[in-house]
Amino acid sequence: MPELTYVEALNQALHEEMARDEKVFLMGEDVAFDYFGVCSGLADRFGRDRVRDTPICELGFTGAGVGAAMAGYRPIVDLRFMDFTTYALDPIVNQAAKLRYMLGGQLSVPMVARIPSGAGLQYGATHGQSLEAWFMQVPGLKVLYPSCAPDAKGLLKAAVRDDNPVMFIEHRLLYAQKTKQIVPEGDHTAPIGVADVKRAGADATIVGIGYQMGHCLEAAEALAGEGIECEVIDPRSLSPLDVETITASVRKTSRCVIVEEGHLRSGVGAEISAAIQEAVFEYLDAPIGRVAALMAPIPVQTKLEKFVLPSTEKVIAAVRKTLGVSA
Amino acid sequence: MAKSTSGLSRKRMGEMYRTMLRIRRFEETADDMYMAGKVVGGVHVSIGQEACSAGVCAALREDDAVLTTHRGHGHSIAKGTRLPEMLAELMGKVTGLCRSKGGSMHIADVSKGHYGAHSIVGANMPMAAGIGLAYQLEGKDRVAVVFFGDGASNNGAFHEAMNLCAIWKLPVVFFCENNQYAVSVPAEYSTSVDDISVRSKGYDAPGLTVDGMDVAAVYEASREAVAHARRGLGPSLVEAKTYRFFGHSRGDPHYGMYRTKEEWEGWKGRDPLIVCEKMLKMTAKQKKAHADAVETEIREAIEFAENSPEPEESVALEDIFA
Repeated sequence: MPELTYVEALNQALHEEMARDEKVFLMGEDVAFDYFGVCSGLADRFGRDRVRDTPICELGFTGAGVGAAMAGYRPIVDLRFMDFTTYALDPIVNQAAKLRYMLGGQLSVPMVARIPSGAGLQYGATHGQSLEAWFMQVPGLKVLYPSCAPDAKGLLKAAVRDDNPVMFIEHRLLYAQKTKQIVPEGDHTAPIGVADVKRAGADATIVGIGYQMGHCLEAAEALAGEGIECEVIDPRSLSPLDVETITASVRKTSRCVIVEEGHLRSGVGAEISAAIQEAVFEYLDAPIGRVAALMAPIPVQTKLEKFVLPSTEKVIAAVRKTLGVSA
Repeated sequence: MAKSTSGLSRKRMGEMYRTMLRIRRFEETADDMYMAGKVVGGVHVSIGQEACSAGVCAALREDDAVLTTHRGHGHSIAKGTRLPEMLAELMGKVTGLCRSKGGSMHIADVSKGHYGAHSIVGANMPMAAGIGLAYQLEGKDRVAVVFFGDGASNNGAFHEAMNLCAIWKLPVVFFCENNQYAVSVPAEYSTSVDDISVRSKGYDAPGLTVDGMDVAAVYEASREAVAHARRGLGPSLVEAKTYRFFGHSRGDPHYGMYRTKEEWEGWKGRDPLIVCEKMLKMTAKQKKAHADAVETEIREAIEFAENSPEPEESVALEDIFA
C-alpha cells in the first residue's frame, strides 16, 4: 500500500472524488494556485470551472456553495483559514445547517467546507484559531477533524459523499509534516461518527483532537517508559461524536485527559467531559483532565505562543495528575 | 423611471391581475388568521407590492428558480406555490410545506422552483449566485431570480453576490423591491443613492428602475433582465419603487409612527390592483369573475389548513443528521 503525507492524502481524495462525480467542484481563494499543496494538479486536470478561484468574499462564495448544493451540486468550499469562517457564519450556521430541517426535508445541502486551522506558525490571533467547538454547538453540521493521512483521505471522501453539510477541519502544521503513512488504496472511505483507538492501554485514556493527536501519542510513548500505559483515542468526528468508544475506554482505565487546541472554556473537552461523566461517572477514579489553549488570543511571539498552546509536556503533566503520580 | 408600454396582451395582463388578486386575498386571509390567533409565529405581508411578484414571475419559466425574503408570500404564490399547504404552514400544521418547521418566513416549494424564503436579510443573494452557478455548470439556460428589499441592498451579501455573478456571468436577476423602508428606517437615509439600480454600474451590469405599482412595467423590465441572463450575459439589477400598505409586521401600524398618513394615502391611491384594473378597463362583471374564482381557492385553502392536524412532537427531530 502506498505511503502518503497528510497533504498528499487530502490531494488524492480530491482528485478521486472529482474524477468519480462530475457534480463535485471546488472553490475558494487561490485554489487553482494553492500554495498549501492540497489542491495540486486539480485545476490542470479538471479545469477552472470546477477548480474555481474566487474573489476574497467568504460570505459570498460560501453562500454560493450553499446555493449550488441546493441545486444538486456537491461543492467543496475552501475557507483557507478557520479565522475566516467568521465572515461565512451566516451561510454555514443559518443556511447550510438549517435548510433541510427548516424546509421540512424538501432538499439537503451536500456541501463540504474545508477549513485549515490551527496555530504554531506565529500567525497570531487572527490566523491561528481553532474554533471547532463553535460548530459542534450547531445542530445540522457534521464536524470532522482528521489527525493523520489515512483518516484525512478516508474522511474527506466520506464528507464529499455525505448528503449534508460537513465542516472538514485540517491543520496547517499537519500540512508541513513530511512523515508518510500507509493509506489504503482504492475506494477507501472512513466512517463518519466513529472514533479510532490510536494506541491501546489500560492505565489512562487520552482523547486527542486533530493536530493534538501528535502530542498525545508522544506523551503516551514517554509515559510508557515509566510504566504508564495510555489508551489514545481520536474521535475524528466531533459531530456526530462517538461517545461509545470513549466511554468504553474510560470504563477500562477509570481516568481520562482530553486534549484540544481550541480554547478551554466551553471547548470540545467540556462537551466530551460532560458526556463521559453522564455515562460512566461511577467508573471514574479522578476528575477528568483537560488540556487546551489558555484563555488568551494566540500571540505571535514564539515563546508566548508555545506558552498558550497545548504541548506534549502539558499532556504528560495532565496524565500524571489524573493518576496522582509526580514526575 | 420606466413605465409600461402596455403592448402586452390582455391575456397576459389578466393572468397577472389574477396572480395579484390571489396574493392580496391570501395575505388578507393570513392577516385575519393572525388576528384570530391562528398563525404560529410572525407574518410580514406584502400587500401593496403584488405587482412585483406577479410581474417578475410571469417572465419566468417553471424550471427557473426564485429565492425570496421574510416578506415572501407574494413571490411564492406567483411562482406556483400551493396555497393550502402554504396556509397550513403559517398555521403550524404538519401538512404545511415545511412540515410546520419553517413558518411564514421560510416558505419553500422546491418542486415549483421556489428555493425558499430566507429571513436573514441579504442571505438569499449569495445562494442565488450558487444556484445560478449550478445552472451554468449544467449548461442549461435556466435563470434564478432573487428578491430583496432596499434594506438588503446595503448589506455586504448583496455586493459580494453581485460581483460573483458579474465576473462569472451567472444567470441571476437581482430584483430589488424598494418599498422605501427597512422596518422603520427610510431608504433615503440609509442608502447612498436615490435609485438603487445605479449600483449595478459598480458591477458592469444592466440596471433599471421601474414603477413597482405597474405590473406591466415590472413584467417588461423582468422579461428583459431574464432574457439577458438566459443568453448567458450575466446578472441585471432591477429596482421597483413600491410601498407596503401594512406595517413591517403586526407590531407597527400602517402609518403614524414612521410614515405619514399623507405619504401612505399617496401610495394607496396607486394600488397595483386598481392600476391594473384601469389599464384593462375591467368591467364589474369581469372583476367579480376574478374575485369569485379566487374566493373559492381561498376557501379551500382555509378548509385544508383548518382541518389539518398539528405535528406530533417527533416531527421536531425529523431531518436531523448531526
